[in-house]
Amino acid sequence: MKLKNTLIGATALAMIAGVAGADTLTIATVNNGDMIRMQGLTDDFTAKTGHTVEWVTLEENVLRQRVTTDISTKGGAFDIMTIGMYETPIWGKNGWLVPLNDLSADYNAADILPAMAGGLSYDGTLYAAPFYGESSMIMYRTDLMEKAGLTMPEAPTWAFVREAAAKMTDRANEINGICLRGKAGWGEGGAFITAMSNSFGARWFDMEWNAQFDTKPWKDTLEFFVGMMNESGPAGYATNGFNENLSLFQQGKCGMWIDATVAASFVTNPKDSTVADSVGFALAPDNGLGKRSNWLWAWALAIPAGTQKTDAAKQFIEWATSTSYIELVAANEGWANVPPGARTSLYENPNYQSVPFAKMTLDSILSADPNNSTVEPSPYVGIQFAAIPEFAGIATDVSQEFSAVYAGQQSVDEALAKAQAITNDAMEAAGYR
Amino acid sequence: MATQHSRSAARFMMAPAVILLLGWMLVPLVMTLYFSFKKYLPLRGGDLGWVGFENYVRFVTSSSFWPSVYTTLIIVGGVLAITICLGIVLALLLDQPMWGQGIVRILVIAPFFVMPTVSALVWKNMFMDPNYGLFAYLWKFFGAEPIQWMSQASIQSIIMIVSWQWLPFATLILLTAIQSLDGEQLEASEMDGASALKRFWYIILPHLARAITVVLLIQTIFLLSIFAEIFVTTGGAFGSKTLSYLIFQRVLESQNIGLGSAGGVYAIILANIVAIFLMRIVGKNLDN
Amino acid sequence: MARSVTNRRKTINTMLAWAVGLLIFFPILWTILTSFKTEGEAIADPPVFLFFNWTLENYSIVQERSDYMRYLTNSIFIAGGSTLLGIIIAVPAAWSMAFVPSKRTKDILMWMLSTKMLPAVGVLYPIYLLFIQLGLLDSRMGLVVVLMLINLPIIIWMLYTYFKEIPGEILEAARMDGATLREEIIYILTPMAIPGIASTILLNVILAWNEAFWTLNLTAAKAAPLTAFIASYSSPEGLFYAKLSAASTMAIAPILILGWFSQKQLVRGLTFGAVK
Repeated sequence: MKLKNTLIGATALAMIAGVAGADTLTIATVNNGDMIRMQGLTDDFTAKTGHTVEWVTLEENVLRQRVTTDISTKGGAFDIMTIGMYETPIWGKNGWLVPLNDLSADYNAADILPAMAGGLSYDGTLYAAPFYGESSMIMYRTDLMEKAGLTMPEAPTWAFVREAAAKMTDRANEINGICLRGKAGWGEGGAFITAMSNSFGARWFDMEWNAQFDTKPWKDTLEFFVGMMNESGPAGYATNGFNENLSLFQQGKCGMWIDATVAASFVTNPKDSTVADSVGFALAPDNGLGKRSNWLWAWALAIPAGTQKTDAAKQFIEWATSTSYIELVAANEGWANVPPGARTSLYENPNYQSVPFAKMTLDSILSADPNNSTVEPSPYVGIQFAAIPEFAGIATDVSQEFSAVYAGQQSVDEALAKAQAITNDAMEAAGYR
Repeated sequence: MATQHSRSAARFMMAPAVILLLGWMLVPLVMTLYFSFKKYLPLRGGDLGWVGFENYVRFVTSSSFWPSVYTTLIIVGGVLAITICLGIVLALLLDQPMWGQGIVRILVIAPFFVMPTVSALVWKNMFMDPNYGLFAYLWKFFGAEPIQWMSQASIQSIIMIVSWQWLPFATLILLTAIQSLDGEQLEASEMDGASALKRFWYIILPHLARAITVVLLIQTIFLLSIFAEIFVTTGGAFGSKTLSYLIFQRVLESQNIGLGSAGGVYAIILANIVAIFLMRIVGKNLDN
Repeated sequence: MARSVTNRRKTINTMLAWAVGLLIFFPILWTILTSFKTEGEAIADPPVFLFFNWTLENYSIVQERSDYMRYLTNSIFIAGGSTLLGIIIAVPAAWSMAFVPSKRTKDILMWMLSTKMLPAVGVLYPIYLLFIQLGLLDSRMGLVVVLMLINLPIIIWMLYTYFKEIPGEILEAARMDGATLREEIIYILTPMAIPGIASTILLNVILAWNEAFWTLNLTAAKAAPLTAFIASYSSPEGLFYAKLSAASTMAIAPILILGWFSQKQLVRGLTFGAVK
């Protein structure tokens, strides 16, 4: 009896709170630097609109788990969710997100980089507004490159990268020629190896949704990767993700690092990076097959369908992804620290053009095409992922098999055979085959 | 002593607890069973109809299934072995007369107060990280190549972290039991010239049987469902995927509720097998 | 009858025990020390132990980013509430099991414990749906109920073992004097069982405080306790050991202090009937 009353009481309370706090937005976001900065600037939003914000800032994996559960059960715990290019089209298709096609004229939605807007839309409708966007590129140590007697071309090949990595490696002085992601997880090592495989002519699925891990390009990709990392990579790269490599590079332990373009502002920031003044940038490598190994990603803000605070949520999204927000950050923290990769106008801004990595970031983003990412035709959209609901689960399993190769626990062939079985099995379960 | 009146009163007083726990067991169980016979994919429109035992077959034939059962048993068994053995040693040590016993006891039980997430994060980053972890410095100091804990020794690392958390619990219970040991009996045996080892084997250990059983039972219940320690450290890679982690992957990463629910049913079966096994030992030891 | 020991043996014991104690405590000590370092010093090679520039910077950064007090209040409310509710439900149940045992008492006890074996991850989806239906999502009351249910079997078992050690004759005598059942429990049993109840409360506050699956997955902003607070400091971009240490220290400090002050109680009470 007591419990029941308590339950009813709690329900009533929750409902009252829901009505009275109509102008308090609950926003789920990831604990990346740019988002933490946004959190710090929330007062500006409150001053402009009167709405207040409650932040739920979580580590990336926890965030994914949390928002996916909430949206697929229509839980309504959040008014705005921070999601990526993978989730947006899938959720948009399911009708789980509020379309963002009626943002105000001031906002100038046409200014969003076409590649970003494309990846965050389903059927031509924008479902999430990019907070920042990224591709991937090579970041390298100009001093070490010089010492090795080489010059980095603007658009190098994998063969050159491997050779340069070997020459830059100086293990006695804890310098590894190249640092790359090997950590298990579809968004970590899985993303890197998939993007890399594109340049080797591999693909996840053929047009009938058959897994392609039994093909030669995949074997070539993995063998090249493992070979290069054994020659010139850091010990224990099998557990290195973005963050581990970032600190290795900042501590001067990497000659080259191929990763997200947003990392450029971290490695060139003298406050955190010991090598800030000797970093150069180049496009991600290719193999002469017409595809480079750079990816495309955006962290974007979306409104779950069913929230009662749609208008306030839209106001927040307009605030956080606007050009005036970029100017606000620039005024506080300098142009190098503004959220990159979302708006065309940013790259036309002379203030931003003087930032050393601006041009290479834009070039990398422009050279990535999610609709045409593989050498041979593929049925899916996405570069470092396939935008189908099953991908995250499959790719996590597959990348765990790959990481076991990187750790020397199984052979490339064993991993590929397992990956093939895992993928086909899951695709069968989902009814593709 | 129990009258008819007190019997019915007793039943009445037990009712809330029993009913609540019955509900807490049955509602999720029934829902899990229901989902396990469905093709239920939230990202593809939710309920896609009944599929019979398909999820059960698929879950058990997946290449990850048996390794995950094996990993679960290894982790549970490893942690139990370490915490009970070290727990006995520690309890014996703490039972000895010494200066500052209270403070030592505080130091020893402290890990029990630390959240699993925090202890996993601290161990993984500040101790086991191959570049910046303290172990790496220690290894390098002695001229050895630092161990890649998370990849080369994933299961061992997790066992170590979890053991650190549960060692205080085992030590405390065993210590309480040792303190209740009859000192005169020990002294008498000492006079009779029994060696320390013999005294331990024939007097102390039998006395601890009941306490060991309790540690075994309680820890098993908690260890079968460890999750945070794996989520934070390896994310299930390098052979460290336990059954409950595999279910997590199916439910949350693959968003296949039907398949994950079938896995949940298997986990319940595994837990019950372990439970029956435990009851056999425990039941005997706990009967008065 | 204290066993006689030489001073030498006592010294060896002391040194050994202190060494082991410090070794076991070291990870916590290291975390606390690191929380006062700068990020650079936190990964310094070789590591620095005491001689660094002690700073409170990490604490102020963490406090600025997240409202610690709110998480703390939620943790206290959830851990305290669920324990209190659990005790209220468990005392009568444990009483009847201890003093009016039937053939099935042991089975019921074991069955109760077995409800804890249901893997939480497997039932997240059903429970989440249920919480939405009941409007309990992101409410402290919802978590109080869930954590109470999770820990109820442990509470009942602990109380049961304490109650069993109380001689039944005392209760009988009270009954003769005309005490009602209610009076018997409140005025006679409870005072006698206070040490046991206290350590049960302690253990359950600890378990509830540290529970990290449900508290993380069933909350958003309003009811999020310290486990969610920690989730925003694990592996962000850039160096984070010092900030993580500060956040960790803040998350474990209250329960650590509580545990230390009450360790005597906990040590005495944490027997689960292990001592006969």
